[in-house]
Amino acid sequence: MLLFTSLLFTGLYTGNTDAENGGIGNDLIDQIAEELQNRKTIAAAIDEILASKAERKREWLEALLSGTLYFRKSDKKVVTVTKQGSSFELTAASDGSAQGTAGKREISKVKINNSLRKKLRNAIAEMALDDPDAKARVVAVEQMLQSLDKSKLAAITQRASTETDSSVKKLMLLATHLNALDNGTGPEKVAAIQIIGNNTRDIVVQRLTSLSSNEDPAVATEANAALVEIQKRISFYEKIETVLFGLSLGSVLAMAAIGLAITFGVMGVINMAHGEMIMIGAYTTWAVQQALPAFIEYSLIVAVPLAFIAAFLVGVLIEFLVIRHLYGRPLETLLATFGISLILQQSARTFISAQNVPVSNPSWLSGQWHFDPALSVAINRVVIFFFCLAVFAALMWLLRRTFFGLKVRAVSQNREMARAMGARSARIDSMTFGLGAGIAGVAGVALSQLTNVGPNMGQSYIVDSFMVVVFGGVGNLWGTLLAGLSLGVVNKFLEPWVGAVLAKIVVLVFIIVFIQKYPRGLFPQRGRAAGD
Amino acid sequence: MLSVLRNDRGGQLILSVLLVLTIVLPYLNLAFPESHPWHFSTYQLNLFGKYLCYALLAMSVDLVWGYMGFLTLGHGAYFGLGGYAMGMYLMRQVGDRGVYGNPDLPDFMVFLNWQELPWYWMGFNWFPVALIAVFLVPGVLAFLFGWFAFRSRVNGVYLSIISQAMTYALMLAFFRNEFGFGGNNGLTDFKDILGFPVNAQHTRVALFVASALSVIFAYLLCRSIVSSRAGRVVVAIRDAESRTRFLGYQVENYQLMMLVVSAMLAGVAGALYVPQVGIINPGEFSPLNSIEIVIWVAIGGRATLYGAVVGALLVNFAKSWFTAAFPEYWLFALGALFVLTTLWLPYGVAGLRRGRITA
Repeated sequence: MLLFTSLLFTGLYTGNTDAENGGIGNDLIDQIAEELQNRKTIAAAIDEILASKAERKREWLEALLSGTLYFRKSDKKVVTVTKQGSSFELTAASDGSAQGTAGKREISKVKINNSLRKKLRNAIAEMALDDPDAKARVVAVEQMLQSLDKSKLAAITQRASTETDSSVKKLMLLATHLNALDNGTGPEKVAAIQIIGNNTRDIVVQRLTSLSSNEDPAVATEANAALVEIQKRISFYEKIETVLFGLSLGSVLAMAAIGLAITFGVMGVINMAHGEMIMIGAYTTWAVQQALPAFIEYSLIVAVPLAFIAAFLVGVLIEFLVIRHLYGRPLETLLATFGISLILQQSARTFISAQNVPVSNPSWLSGQWHFDPALSVAINRVVIFFFCLAVFAALMWLLRRTFFGLKVRAVSQNREMARAMGARSARIDSMTFGLGAGIAGVAGVALSQLTNVGPNMGQSYIVDSFMVVVFGGVGNLWGTLLAGLSLGVVNKFLEPWVGAVLAKIVVLVFIIVFIQKYPRGLFPQRGRAAGD
Repeated sequence: MLSVLRNDRGGQLILSVLLVLTIVLPYLNLAFPESHPWHFSTYQLNLFGKYLCYALLAMSVDLVWGYMGFLTLGHGAYFGLGGYAMGMYLMRQVGDRGVYGNPDLPDFMVFLNWQELPWYWMGFNWFPVALIAVFLVPGVLAFLFGWFAFRSRVNGVYLSIISQAMTYALMLAFFRNEFGFGGNNGLTDFKDILGFPVNAQHTRVALFVASALSVIFAYLLCRSIVSSRAGRVVVAIRDAESRTRFLGYQVENYQLMMLVVSAMLAGVAGALYVPQVGIINPGEFSPLNSIEIVIWVAIGGRATLYGAVVGALLVNFAKSWFTAAFPEYWLFALGALFVLTTLWLPYGVAGLRRGRITA
């Protein structure tokens, strides 16, 4: 009993000293420093590390693997280094404390060979299996699945029974099934195929493909059937992906076109400088990011209202200086606004830069959502789709639910009558034109996240946006939205067949023919509003 | 034929000046050595010849915009097609003198690993075929476009924008290598035209004279069209389409006729242009080029024909001076021209003479 107590006491005591040194067993690394330096004893030293329960074990192994674990010659201390110019900044491996800097000659690298490297990698992966974070465990299992061997399988199966997170558990079970495919008997293989036969992962497909010519006919037929099933699933997911891609392209088109639809629908004016309003919005995003480099994450939220205001003001100015003097002469307006677009483009070139400007994406917009190994969606595309819907909803609210919207609709349907009822049509025109430009500016913010921002960016959208407006039916915002989205989807479905450029040509030709058959678009305005 | 000029003071003036220049400039170029102060340089002559092609093109736009009221934003397409037809002839004349020395295929096809000439290149080594294509290809495109557009009564800005979409689509198509017209680089490195080296001084002079004579001839043709009965109907369509229709005229047929003639003239302009600049590429189809033509006409003055000639020469000489003096600011100037002409000079330079400054 006394012995036990004293043992316990010693244990507690050593524990305490360890804690003072920065955690349980962490001074081990300095104790075996000499062994690490010697090529003959390093393997044993690493085994010692692996067997220990040191808290910082994983950091050491990772540093070893990445070649940043060094040995300081003066006091035989093991350190991790980061290079700072010509000298190295040292951190103690045992407790992570800063150890100042050292020159190249004062330290020497702990060198490892390839077989050790492999061992380290496996050990780290296995440690990752015990990581408290479920996401890290998923990554660890995924990595092990790529090259499954007995030891890895054992490590996985051992943990599968106690795993609590369902997605990790699913992956772990997949590993055992994959093992059955590799090493199991005929019936075991068949059973495994039946279970994982709908999995679209590459590793599953690879195995099934090799099994499809298996000498056991039962296995071969089962594998073939599963492959057909998987192909179906993959092609289905590909279709979904194309639709999503098309929707995001379509929402860009729709956003670019909505502003045009307003000015064209209400005033009968084609604003050829519309693309440059988009450009102004995109440049505003860039300017916001330049002005607030520390707040890239929030830059878009700031940029949206600013872009609206900037483009709105430019729009009102254009209306005041040029468009109101050309009232009733739509073709001349087209030419004059084209001139304005040239001036705006050249201004961007002269006063900012002829090159594209860099606009960075906030981190919450980058990355992908994985729904399945064969189906993942870029987050920014999804966000843009919903952003487009939000802009559209806001615009609808403005036009349908506010007094200003009422007047805009009145002027667009019957200008003379609206004037007779007291709407100041000149003022409405000016505000409407500004509104259309402002929405183009907002579209520019969204576009800055998808394409290059430069002086030429607006040009490529003017023909497209006009096509969308005309296709949807002038004066009909729902038509514009639907036309934009459907043209986007059609374009993306054509692309794999005929290539991006030809797809665009096909769509253009289709619309040219379509306009000639239905000059008023998909959803023509009827009644008085149809005018003429 | 000259009788059509009886009431056309502007035309008389322009054509006389052109005729004099056609004789005098080549004489100054050929008769005096380069060191002589009276020598007119071949470079200047070539530049002028190029601008005369633009003048011809502007006239073809005036025909449909000024007289018919169709603001075409796609005339660069007809110009480009005519140019490509000529370019194909010139390309076939290169023979085995290309970089790859292949007697059967142009260089870019060898480069793309093509084994034989595509069917649409057949016969282009023969000048008459190329000449027919110069008229036929733009004509057929204009016919198809007009057939669909005018029959379904597409008009106004819709018509303008689909004409722009047409040239935009053609540009995208010609940019593709698979299309068989040299893709991005287009057709270039020409050697001979009708057996004469394309860069020689005499060939340049001959091309200048041909361009000038084409402008003069095309002017007379256009003038006789617009002063003919059909021309009057077209003007009537511009001013009151429905009324003309109700009077019993087949509006579409007149419009179609005008558009096809205009497209053919644009094709000829392109064909004369290509040997003088030595290259044709898909850039000619860009919407910007087409809309620039419109501004030449607007500045010269619509529905006058001579205004188009004056406008094209004026803007282009201004452009060459401007791009040399202030290269940064040419687009500012061009943009301002668009705005100011439409605002304050709706009848162009020709309108100044008549004292009609504002609308």
